[in-house]
Formats: sequence, C-alpha cells, structure tokens
Amino acid sequence: MSSGYDFEVIERAAPYLFREGMTFTLTLTGLAMLGGVIFGTLLAMMRLSRFPLLGLPAGLYVNLMRSVPLVLVIFWFYFLVPYIGAWIIGASQPVQVGAFLSCVITFTLFEAAYYCEIMRAGIQSIPRGQVAAGQALGLNYWQTMGKIVLPQAFRNMTPVLLTQTIILFQDTSLVYVISVTDFLGAAAKIANRDYRLVEMYTFAAAVYFVTSLSLSYIVKRLQAKMAIIR
Amino acid sequence: MSAMIEIKDISKWYGSFQVLTHCTTQVAKGEVVVVCGPSGSGKSTLIKCVNGLEPFQQGEVRVDGISVGAKNTNLPKLRARIGMVFQNFELFPHLSVTENLTLAQIKVLRRPREDAIEKGLKLLDRVGLKEHASKFPGQLSGGQQQRVAIARALAMDPIAMLFDEPTSALDPEMINEVLDVMVALAKEGMTMMVVTHEMGFARKVAHRVIFMDKGEIVEDAMKEDFFGKPRSERAAQFLSKILHH
Repeated sequence: MSSGYDFEVIERAAPYLFREGMTFTLTLTGLAMLGGVIFGTLLAMMRLSRFPLLGLPAGLYVNLMRSVPLVLVIFWFYFLVPYIGAWIIGASQPVQVGAFLSCVITFTLFEAAYYCEIMRAGIQSIPRGQVAAGQALGLNYWQTMGKIVLPQAFRNMTPVLLTQTIILFQDTSLVYVISVTDFLGAAAKIANRDYRLVEMYTFAAAVYFVTSLSLSYIVKRLQAKMAIIR
Repeated sequence: MSAMIEIKDISKWYGSFQVLTHCTTQVAKGEVVVVCGPSGSGKSTLIKCVNGLEPFQQGEVRVDGISVGAKNTNLPKLRARIGMVFQNFELFPHLSVTENLTLAQIKVLRRPREDAIEKGLKLLDRVGLKEHASKFPGQLSGGQQQRVAIARALAMDPIAMLFDEPTSALDPEMINEVLDVMVALAKEGMTMMVVTHEMGFARKVAHRVIFMDKGEIVEDAMKEDFFGKPRSERAAQFLSKILHH
C-alpha cells in the first residue's frame, strides 16, 4: 500500500472513532466509576465494621478481585453474567445481557475493589472524635456515616478517586477481548480495514495520552486547591 | 433530690488492663459535679460511659431512669437527650456553624428546618457568636469553636450536659470565654458533669467534686469539704500540686 504517514486517514476516521468509540469508552468509564464508587464505599464500610460476618466476605472479595487479571475477569463475566442473571431471577434460560451491560457490570465489580481500598483509607482518615460527636448528638450509624464521615472522606479522597478513574479510563480498552467497539476497538477496525495500522494506533495512543494527561493535570490543580480549603 | 445520672459499681477493662474499678456515684437534677484527677485516672472514660460512648463490662449506668448498657435501650434516642462537649470541640469541619447547630435537630429531633435554624441562632447569640453563623469551624478560634460546640449540644434541649475537659485544648486566653458560658449554664440550673482541671470553676459553681485516681473514685465530697480538707492523702497531694503555683 502507500508509503508515508497519511494524516488524511485519521481525518476521515475521526468522526467514527469519536462518535462510536469514544462515546462507548466514556459512558463505560462514567458508569463504572459511579457504580464502583458506590459499591466500593459499601464494601469499605463492611470491611471497617466490627462484625466479622460483614468484614470477612468484603475482604475476601476485594483481595480476590485485586489478585486476578482484569482481562480474565472480563472474559469470565461475559460468559457467566447470563447464567448468574438467570440464577438470580430464577429463569431456566441464560439471560440475554449484551456486551455493553456485561462490560458495565464487570468494570463496576472490578473497580469497586480498588475504590473500596481508597474509601477505606478515607474513612479511617476521619478522627474518631467526629464519630463520637455524631453519636453523642443522637445520630445513628447511617446518619453519622452519611452526614459526617463520608462527606469528609470523599472530599479528602477526591484526588485519589479521580486518579483511579484515569486508570479505569485506560483499562476500558481491554474490552477488545469480547469484540466490543470502544475507542481502541474502533481504531483497530479502521486500521485493519484500510491497512493503516501505524496511523490508527499512534492516533489512538495520542488521544489516550492527551486525555489522561489533562485529567491528571486537573487532579493536581484540584489537590492544590483543596489543600488550601483544609 | 432525684438522681438524673446514676453510676452504679461500674468496672471496665481494655483487654487485661482495668481502667475503671467499681465506680459508684450519682448526679442529681440541677447538680453540678466536677470530676478531677491526674491524667490516665479514668475520668474521661467514666464520663463517656454515661452516654454509652464507651462500653463497660460490669455495673450499671442510668440516665433519667433509663439503663445505658441495657440491650433494649435505644441508645441514639437517649444520647440525643444528653449534651456532650469534647476536649477537641469536634465541630463538623465540612458544615457551616449554622449547619453544625441544626443537623441533629433536623435529623434526630425531626424539627422543621426553620425552627431548627431559629433555635440554633438564638443559642449562638447566647454564646456571643451571632455574627459567625455562616462561617466554617476552621475560620473560628479554639474558644469560639468550643462555644459553638456548647450551643450545638444545647440546641437539643438536653436534660444533662457532659463536659470532657472542655478547656484543655485551648490557649490560656480563651479558657475564660468558655468557662463563662459554663458558669452561666450552671447558674441556670443545668445538670452538669464536668471533667476539668479548672479548680476555679469547681470552686465557683460545683456542688460536689469527685477525685479519681487509677480508675477508682477516691473521693466524692461536697465542694467545701473537698477544698477544705480532703480525706484522702492522694487527693490532698493532687490539690497541693495544682493549686500552689
């Protein structure tokens, strides 16, 4: 085929890459972050509870997720989720889940393990006296958590949570193993169709690089700003 | 006089280390009791047993007749009726002064927001900080924070107030502004249990003084007797140490 770096290929492919691929990547990142932070926070509360019946399973889950490669988890869930779904609702046939939903569930469950550890550190960073003050006022466990501990923990941990989200943003590219068209998947499709591997893969790398770098720059700014507030 | 707070023979251990040994005392309605003693003597632990912030293994604590340690006691509900002021203020730093004052009123007592704000601002005015309502705790001095903390506890209309070394974390020039609020409160007839080293406060408003050492209540006497001639050697030594300089 033609020699030399062809910028026109990128220009022609860009609308497709962003409209199809990047939309998927960002939606997946956003939903998995939201779900992961919520589930992760619950896991963290379980790990910190004084009841072993809550703490042990949560600890086991987190350690399991953190010791298994993400690709494997994506694979497993893609094949297992239909059966787990059928088992939950009691259907005899595997539930049709679809690649997108399967990805959202997988990433939520996987990232929750990492968000859990961040939130655990965040909750532990709040002085014991704050909890005591809430209890002394008559607030129950959920009120103390929801109104006093978690708001402060989230604020302290925002930079770390966002940094983890940047990693999540990059990790979503692993969905290629179940042939889903995310940003990298879209780039790979064009690369193979037009035989423009160098152009497409360097462009994809550049987009990931710029996005991640600007996000971490924002995180750094945020961190400096929050240090002043406190 | 009926006892508002009854502490009956309580003992507490941290592992094998005993922090409280057979402590018995009571605080009558409208009475002001000062608890003093060297550090590590268990006075803070004792006061935290009153609202169940510290569990204890033996004995019984009753507040307004309700057993604190009993399994079927609704502890949050009981705590809502007992005000507590901490050594390190423990205002909620992410909430404004007004929000600090209203949070528990709204969430626990289910007061309408406007009523809660009105009540909070009235008490803020009473501790002399009306103009600081919209500030955050971090923008206030230690003494101001502790006064807000007292107002926050009073906003719940408590039947008794517990003070855990309320002036120990303060710079010397701020101690009096907090003590003034406490003296006024005592003179109004509030039931108070106060862990403090401020013997001037004890002389001025306390009815009784409890002296603790090594987890035991060594002396439990009327103020005049305690300052006049303490019965125990240890209390006499303690008094001479903190009064003679």
